[in-house]
Amino acid sequence: MDWKQLWEICSAPDNVPIVLLLFLTPFYLWYGFREAIKNDRLITQLEADPALAKTHHRRHQPYHPAWDKTVHVWPYLLRIELLAALVVTAFLCIWAIYLDAPLEEPANPTLTMNPAKAPWYFLGLQEMLVYFDPWIAGVILPNIIVVGLMAIPYMDTSPLGNGYYTWKQRKFALGGFLFGYLVLWLALAIVGTFIRGPGWMWFWPGQTWDAHRVVHEVNIHLHELFGITDVWEIAIFGGIATLGFTAVLGGAVDFALRKWKPELFRKMNVIQYAHLVGFLIMMIRLPVKMVLKLGFDIKYVWVTPWFNV
Amino acid sequence: MAPKNDMDEAGIGELVEKAKEAGPLQVKWLKNPFETQMWRSIFRHKVDDQPRNRSLAVLSNVFLHLHPAKVNRDSVRYTFTWGMGGITFYLFLILTFTGVALMYYYHPDKANAFRDILYIKNDVPFGNFLRNLHRWAAHSMIITVWLHQMRVFMTGSYKAPREFNWNVGVILLLVTMMLSFTGYLLPDDQLGFWAVTVGTNMARATPLIGHEGPFGPEIGATAFNDVRFAMLGGSIVDANALLRSYIHHCVGLPLVGGVFMIVHFWRIRKDGSISGPAPVMLASEVKNAKGRR
Ligand code: HEM
Repeated sequence: MDWKQLWEICSAPDNVPIVLLLFLTPFYLWYGFREAIKNDRLITQLEADPALAKTHHRRHQPYHPAWDKTVHVWPYLLRIELLAALVVTAFLCIWAIYLDAPLEEPANPTLTMNPAKAPWYFLGLQEMLVYFDPWIAGVILPNIIVVGLMAIPYMDTSPLGNGYYTWKQRKFALGGFLFGYLVLWLALAIVGTFIRGPGWMWFWPGQTWDAHRVVHEVNIHLHELFGITDVWEIAIFGGIATLGFTAVLGGAVDFALRKWKPELFRKMNVIQYAHLVGFLIMMIRLPVKMVLKLGFDIKYVWVTPWFNV
Repeated sequence: MAPKNDMDEAGIGELVEKAKEAGPLQVKWLKNPFETQMWRSIFRHKVDDQPRNRSLAVLSNVFLHLHPAKVNRDSVRYTFTWGMGGITFYLFLILTFTGVALMYYYHPDKANAFRDILYIKNDVPFGNFLRNLHRWAAHSMIITVWLHQMRVFMTGSYKAPREFNWNVGVILLLVTMMLSFTGYLLPDDQLGFWAVTVGTNMARATPLIGHEGPFGPEIGATAFNDVRFAMLGGSIVDANALLRSYIHHCVGLPLVGGVFMIVHFWRIRKDGSISGPAPVMLASEVKNAKGRR
């Protein structure tokens, strides 16, 4: 166990923020879910008791009929904003006094940094480069993420859970989002920051980052397993494998949605539904490809003279 | 000895009289500055603690009037918003101030950039502190934006009528991350150089318009005419890339971000203030119309 190495990674000035995020994310998850559980209890209670549902104020926050529904922004909100500003300022000042922003040697195109890493908030993308060629990892996937985020409100049109924390009423939406954000984005960034060392090799936490470690990197392409050698046959085989897998996955997603979320299927129009299935396919393909690469050394499924998948 | 002058005597006497009057008046103003003409010229309302004045304090102030006069009593609880949107905005303001201060000492060219950072670090009074503040506020802003988005999702606040504002938010997310990325190159050190090299190398692989992307070479993309060339102003990360980064970082992106922030805040008001904590809705109450409420 090389504690010094671990400390070096965590205390690298530009990594300190992601270490902070490592603590903040679970905290706020817990903080949000605590509210969700309170609301879920209230929902269960009201569903069981329609009479109460008619009269209840329907919030878990303390309530008194005589209280005003609203409060003045001055002072009740502005004082909080002032306090927040003071706390943030103090926090940043202390941080800025005790930790210096990094500055390396002057830029030198002839001296490659090893590992050459983007800042931590982009390491999720950089880690995806291991599993996909740059045109997918660096161009297609980021665009799909952005478009997917933008499409969310137009796919999830359920009025349930608008403006309050709940798990019970939004298991699918919330579960899907948290899977995407926590697993596909944050976890990959964490791997990129803490696990990937020189040569983008895999080092477990506490393992020494040895730039001269020899890793026998095996990259198998799927068609090699089937002994296909002709360029055109490879391309056609890969196309069938990729598109076929996508089709099967799409079918499975469609089947699962109809089976377990019938109301969702019923309410969505065909455009919404097609996009939902499309985005889910993309979200599942990433971990599938990761398993293929990390578990079976399979790099490409589809090799053509112009691009690889 | 100068002759005694009656006129002078009277003038001074009057002044003394006036001064004597002024004494109590000044005491009165000191005790209650809100009554002075000067105060009233600045603030357009009285200060005694009345509902009307509390509202006017917010509504008649250009910096505060983004707020409504009153809000849902539960929405000011920290448990609902986590304050993350507001903190993000505050960090943006800090970054603007510290960033402008840094601009006074920084030249965006290969000969000076790195030396200017050394100068800021070692010679400018409080320069190192200033640079650290800017750096850590930038990282913090990424963290708070992500947490803000997580809470907006967890409270379902992207649902009607706030779909559009969620989209404005996604743009703000991109702008925030691009701001950080363009700033990373500016010290012109190894860290920034290689991060930006790695980052922009991906653009080479853009389908059709990248010279290593699918079908890029086939339609004539080279390292000297593709999308990466357009981003960097060259085929490598060099002087032009530094200048472009600088302009994006200090002018373009803050402007775009600022405009979208204005829209974001405006829409929060127009969409009926923030979404909650709203009364919970029961599944049995959802109308069964197709995709609509
Ligand atoms: C520069 C970045 C951003 C700033 C300065 C900002 C600022 C704010 C502020 C001050 C609020 C008021 C409530 C609160 O503090 O939570 C708010 C609400 C909101 N923000 Fe942002 N935001 C940013 C980015 C985003 C992003 C990335 C998203 C989502 C993709 C987003 C979506 C929303 C939505 C939908 C609301 C309404 C929430 C509600 O009604 O409960 N914003 N934003």
